[in-house]
Amino acid sequence: MRFVRIRIEKRPAPSGGLILLTSSLAILAALVVAGLFFWAYGASPLHAYRLILQGALGSKLGLAETVRRAIPLLLCGVGLTLAFRALFWNIGAEGQLLLGAVAATWVALFSGLSGPWLIPVMLVLGFLAGAIWALIPALLKARLGINDVITTLMMNYIAMYLVLYLIHGPWKGPQMRGFAYTDFFPKAAWFPLIPGTRIHWLTLILGLLAAIAAYILLTKTKRGFEIRVIGENPEAARFAGMSYTRTVLIVMALSGGLAGLAGVGEVGGVHHLLRQPEQISLGYGYTAIIVAWLARRNPLAVILTALLLGALMAGGDVIKASLGLPFQLVNMFNGLILSFLISGELLMRYKLSFQPGRRRWAGRPG
Amino acid sequence: MAESERLEMRGIVKRFPGVVANDGVDFTARAGEIHALLGENGAGKTTLMRVLYGIYQPDEGEIFLDGRAIQVRSPAEALALGIGMVHQHFRLVPTLSVEENVILGLREGLFGNLRRVRERLAAIARDYGLEVDPRAKVWELSVGEQQRVEILKALYRRVQILIMDEPTSVLTPQEVKQLFSTLRSLVEAGLTVIFITHKLDEVLEVSDRVTVLRKGKVVATLPTAEADKPSLARMMVGREVVFRLERGPAKLGEKLLEVRDLQALNDRGLPAIRGLSFELYGGEILGVAGVAGNGQKELVEVLTGLRKATKGRVLLFGKDLTNRSPKEIAAAGVAHIPEERLRRGLVPEMSVAENLVLKSYRDPPFARGPFLDQRVIISHAERAIAAYQIMTPSYNTPAKLLSGGNIQRLILARELSGQPRLIIAAHPTYGLDVGATEQIRGLLLRQRELGAGVLLISEDLEEILSLSDQILVLFAGQAMGLLEAEEAELEELGLLMAGAGRRRESSKG
Repeated sequence: MRFVRIRIEKRPAPSGGLILLTSSLAILAALVVAGLFFWAYGASPLHAYRLILQGALGSKLGLAETVRRAIPLLLCGVGLTLAFRALFWNIGAEGQLLLGAVAATWVALFSGLSGPWLIPVMLVLGFLAGAIWALIPALLKARLGINDVITTLMMNYIAMYLVLYLIHGPWKGPQMRGFAYTDFFPKAAWFPLIPGTRIHWLTLILGLLAAIAAYILLTKTKRGFEIRVIGENPEAARFAGMSYTRTVLIVMALSGGLAGLAGVGEVGGVHHLLRQPEQISLGYGYTAIIVAWLARRNPLAVILTALLLGALMAGGDVIKASLGLPFQLVNMFNGLILSFLISGELLMRYKLSFQPGRRRWAGRPG
Repeated sequence: MAESERLEMRGIVKRFPGVVANDGVDFTARAGEIHALLGENGAGKTTLMRVLYGIYQPDEGEIFLDGRAIQVRSPAEALALGIGMVHQHFRLVPTLSVEENVILGLREGLFGNLRRVRERLAAIARDYGLEVDPRAKVWELSVGEQQRVEILKALYRRVQILIMDEPTSVLTPQEVKQLFSTLRSLVEAGLTVIFITHKLDEVLEVSDRVTVLRKGKVVATLPTAEADKPSLARMMVGREVVFRLERGPAKLGEKLLEVRDLQALNDRGLPAIRGLSFELYGGEILGVAGVAGNGQKELVEVLTGLRKATKGRVLLFGKDLTNRSPKEIAAAGVAHIPEERLRRGLVPEMSVAENLVLKSYRDPPFARGPFLDQRVIISHAERAIAAYQIMTPSYNTPAKLLSGGNIQRLILARELSGQPRLIIAAHPTYGLDVGATEQIRGLLLRQRELGAGVLLISEDLEEILSLSDQILVLFAGQAMGLLEAEEAELEELGLLMAGAGRRRESSKG
């Protein structure tokens, strides 16, 4: 009797093609598993996927919606690649985004500014608010060694309740007849749109510029070198005289600031008021984690992955509308991609080798 | 003793991506013998034994135990077949006691049958000279004692073949003696001991037969009685080896380093350096000898700014640089060749070129304003690769793919490139093959000729004796003595390292 033995071996360095293959397989696997759920809801998975595809890419309107969803994902995702490169687990883009939205709202409604100054100031203060929100966990980790995953995550809830407090309390709009919204922003604070779409192009351009700048920062500058060394081997960084604290603070200020800009874009470009946190964000800050990982922490690749996930979200709207399925299915799908992607990491570092076994088996000593 | 082979490995081939670690190796071992497996690092000794112990599966070849073909698919199977291995880095749980570590993974003793375990352990310990308190926690034990626990673990599992991977690298000369007598009593009881080493003296002292490996192939297997040091060295390296290093008399320069009444804590917050004072001059190599864990690591870290001194002063080049940052100290002209190369010395995922500028990236010509100049970094890397003979496919290769010797060449290339005035070298040749060792010792001597001072921390006493001008012996964080290397003897060093008797503090001036 002959056997084929399968063994698991370490693979030294995965190739680019392999990375692409594993990422694609992760998405495919997520599609298959999510399909089971569509099926359980009584919808044909293939039909649902065709609707998603059509909804996201099949029409000008769909494409525009895809891009609109991709904007906050792009800004948050680029920021997250920076944090993740330094091995700082920023799970807090959601909260940082909300703080950006809060700052923008203050500028638009309560700062007394008006006219052409409004939008630039909204952007600057939104960036700063997100950055400060991100610096709190950064300081806690750098100074006291407190776990970054937990603090960044918890800061999201604080941000969420801060928004709720503001819209139910001091900032509740007198013109909103009891609804928990602020008043509408003055028209000068509305971000310009590409005609016929809801794409607030100013934020889109900022996102693209951020992706390019982050790429240059990481690959061409001294600071980027420090970020990469600290992420790969903090001990060696200390040994080489690099400051962990300073690098982490810079990285998190950028990461939080970019998420803050995303928040500015959502209130300034889409809603034109501050409202329930889950309506402002739809989980962009969390989805951006997937965006950053799918891009393998490369800021330029985030442009593609943000569009991909943006398409999924836009398509999710369509299946909600035409099949009556819950929008949460899209979140579940995103979660599935991340799970498969992380499992795929493991597969990439190992390989299977097949070889003929031998007839004789281990004998036990008498 | 029976002359029949207990173990026979035939035509073992083991390939790793890019290398053939074992290339058709034949190896045999008999009952009642200590069989030394000699070779440079990377020769394939450990790989061969990991195949035997079931950690690796061979790509080709067969293994016979007492004449029967066997397949060893895991260490558990190896143990069931009576094959045990004591690794270079121990596999013990520090927070558990000795006896708990011994029975870990066994079925017996799980439900309180500790009395029988203790009795058997005591019997084994008595028979083979492996005294160690069975109830002590492993973290409380010295390295030598921990090694005894590893041997006990194997013997408790009734192994017939015991593989020891570089067992002496962490021991004092006295502990080495005790280990050798333990190994002798094991083979007298009929066991087989396979002893992996790259130290020729040990082969000659303790083994019955020796198999020499070079580049994954067997050069020869011969009775130790028929071997001598030069012939073994030639087989191992493939050429003649110079054992005596050429070094001129010290030309003392100015005082570079003065350490005054230094105190520091270890990672557990306990005193590790307890009032240490010494001086180091340009043009000399000061060797620091001591058993691991007597304050050497903490001393290096304080001197390089990685650990805070709690008391005392460190004067570098006449300036008080106590507790300054690693960056400031490096900028003052101190090079550091760290003990843990992979953890501290480089960034394994990053390229050779990037690792070569790990410390100098922030200064011209590598940096222009906030940007890095890739072209300068690359040409610097190409020069360093040539000058230090770093074997690498390209400057772009991730450092983790380099062999140990080449990783150390890379680190030296980086650390010595700024013409440092003081070099702190921690275990610079630990685990390196003869060729790399020779080269790195030569580089340190060259720095001495150029007038730099070298603080050499090493557990290899031969290295300390052959390189140093003076030798400082550390024990429990204190200086046991300062010896002239010329007049120091191995025996005396060993006693001082074990803390026996403080010797007069000699002084220079």
